[in-house]
Amino acid sequence: MSKQINVALIGNPNTGKTSVFNALTGLNQKVGNYPGITVEKKEGVCKLPRGVKAHIIDLPGTYSLNASSLDESVVIELLLNQNDKDFPDIAVVVTDVENLKRNLLIFTQIKDLKIPTLLVINMADRMTYKGISLDIEYLEEQLQTKIALTSTRKKIGIDKLKELIANYKDVSSQPCIDISKIDDAYFGNLRKAFPNQLLYKLWLVITQDVNFGKTDRKDFDAVEDFKTKSEADLKRLQQKETIKRYQFINNVLKKGQTIDATQAKDLRSKLDRVLTHKVWGYVIFFFILIALFQAIYDWATVPMDMIDSAFAFLSEWTKDNLPSGAFTDLLSEGIIPGLGGIVIFIPQIAFLFLFIAILEESGYMSRVVFLMDRVMRRFGLSGKSVVPLISGTACAIPAIMATRNIESWKERLITILVTPFTTCSARLPVYLIIIALVIPEGRFLGLSYQALTLMLLYLLGFGTAVLSAYILNRILKIRSKSFFVVEMPNYKLPLFKNVFYTVVEKTKAFIFGAGKIILAISIVLWFLASYGPGENFNSAEEIITKEYASENLEVDDLDQKIAQYKLEHSYIGIAGRAIEPAIRPLGYDWKIGIAILSSFAAREVFVGTLATIYSVGNDDEETIKNRMAGEVNPILGGPLFTFASGISLLLFYAFAMQCMSTLAIVKRETNSWKWPLLQLVIMSVFAYIVALLAFQFLK
Amino acid sequence: MQDTLAQLERGESAIITDVSSIHIPLKLLEMGCLPGNSVKLVQLAPFHDPMYLNINGSHLAIRKETAAHILIEKVTHE
Repeated sequence: MSKQINVALIGNPNTGKTSVFNALTGLNQKVGNYPGITVEKKEGVCKLPRGVKAHIIDLPGTYSLNASSLDESVVIELLLNQNDKDFPDIAVVVTDVENLKRNLLIFTQIKDLKIPTLLVINMADRMTYKGISLDIEYLEEQLQTKIALTSTRKKIGIDKLKELIANYKDVSSQPCIDISKIDDAYFGNLRKAFPNQLLYKLWLVITQDVNFGKTDRKDFDAVEDFKTKSEADLKRLQQKETIKRYQFINNVLKKGQTIDATQAKDLRSKLDRVLTHKVWGYVIFFFILIALFQAIYDWATVPMDMIDSAFAFLSEWTKDNLPSGAFTDLLSEGIIPGLGGIVIFIPQIAFLFLFIAILEESGYMSRVVFLMDRVMRRFGLSGKSVVPLISGTACAIPAIMATRNIESWKERLITILVTPFTTCSARLPVYLIIIALVIPEGRFLGLSYQALTLMLLYLLGFGTAVLSAYILNRILKIRSKSFFVVEMPNYKLPLFKNVFYTVVEKTKAFIFGAGKIILAISIVLWFLASYGPGENFNSAEEIITKEYASENLEVDDLDQKIAQYKLEHSYIGIAGRAIEPAIRPLGYDWKIGIAILSSFAAREVFVGTLATIYSVGNDDEETIKNRMAGEVNPILGGPLFTFASGISLLLFYAFAMQCMSTLAIVKRETNSWKWPLLQLVIMSVFAYIVALLAFQFLK
Repeated sequence: MQDTLAQLERGESAIITDVSSIHIPLKLLEMGCLPGNSVKLVQLAPFHDPMYLNINGSHLAIRKETAAHILIEKVTHE
């Protein structure tokens, strides 16, 4: 039987830790969540020499074991809990050769926990470029570890790393620093009170506010000595500890690393001079945004049209080739159109994730944070709010989780509250289909009107987010210290592999997450639309035949009328007409009303719902768009989707809070029902009013 | 009166002499913002805020108000 060992990958953000993880595990990885919290947990399996199998966890990036966020707490919680099933047999600390000094800080901390630790010095391909040379033998001896010099870009050193992990029993677990040197008296007492415990571990338990499971905090409170230190005193000790660690690191690197600055080529400062420039920096950022929207709109339309017709064909084919009956109808009128309504958006969502992944991977996102901080602060936000606001264009859920690195609670809360205004990918389906229906074709300065409308909607989303942040900043009375530290990583050409994995993972999560809801809803809708109570529904055929007996209609027209009548008297028709008075002033009919109601589960359900409702009883092979274009306004006559009702719908979807998952995540991140409920009520009421005004003015 | 980091101009270098640890987050210290380390101003956003620094080889950006709690001694080049 082969033996499986636990390996934990640890390191600062921006060291290429995830690239190392990808290189070790390939596609043998899965992304989940730590139980009970929404921190992403990445794990995978890797085959090592001599039949050893490794279970590898890619822990969240952290600068030190002194946790300042939920993600970082995960790291120490695992390293302090020897009973955890994932507790590492060996820790692998990943560092960037250009930032070795700073990256080694966490290495010394993990060594002091007496966990066998390997050191990976990554991005070795940059060494000659930067004029860096290392004395590996000397470093291994001083740091009491084994070193793998790797470059995931050039695929160097990964085999060496696997070899070192397989020999995990030979790796030293000697500590680097004697923590008691920081304050002899204090640590002396600590040792006396807990003679069997590791001093550094005790120190972490005292200073960190994390959940330690069975490592009993109560024991500490029982001992008087630990109350004697005030918070300020503890912080002073932590500062002393940090200085001590850097002294150790500096001493090691003085001999082990030489940097010949004359050899260094400095692409970074050249790029920074332009990209963070007071004027050009903003101009470039603006053009990148324009390119993003043009790509989502223009490039994605070709595959989308193909998917749309493919599903229409599939639906028709099912109807013609399967024995007719309720099941075939359910398939061809409920499930297939419903699924088509989601699959069609894969191209756009993939493009969006692609752009965001490239911006993050290249290091450009941090420059945007730097450029925008001052501007955002005016509105009560932080420069770091830019990342949630931009990734909110993909999905509000990861965006709200991305607020965790905002240091000030007030800035973070405001960011969480306004992020749902940004145009998330679930709104895209709704926007695209309505834009295609009501905005004329044509170009302005080379950009199509339709692309411009989409861009305006994105700007509207950002604008509303920023404006409401400004108002919240005035209203909310929260005092909190505002710290702001952001690392400016090196510029890197994004690794194809990393970007590819991100796009595939995220798109998959979106499709399957939303797909399940959409599938369920479209089945329920189909039943509700295909059956109805009482005489009106059951004898629809007779009623209509009698009514139009004198008019001598074609068979097709008559069938159409019967289907229409049936739908109106089905369960869903009855429910829809019950709410119609509330939405008629907005320019919608009861079918749109049903679609809006069902999209409170998730916005993208809108298109699927309309697709299902319009398909029921309809035998023609038609795309969703053509069906919607053919709808007639029951009261005013003429097409239902006019400029006025289209704009009104667009605005409604821009502002309304129609996403249960977002509400759930807001509840979790703010730890209260107050904020998500406020979001739901305020956003939806606002959306209704704006949509009402828009329709009444444009009508 | 001693200079603070907030007064550094673009392209200037300095040595950190003292940090007021109550006002500075531990994270910043861990990134190398400690007495004795060198600091260079790489880039300034409009209004001198935030400041893009190279501290002890690490590149990071902090706000001016935080920088005002870090005392420095400017290094003059000839």
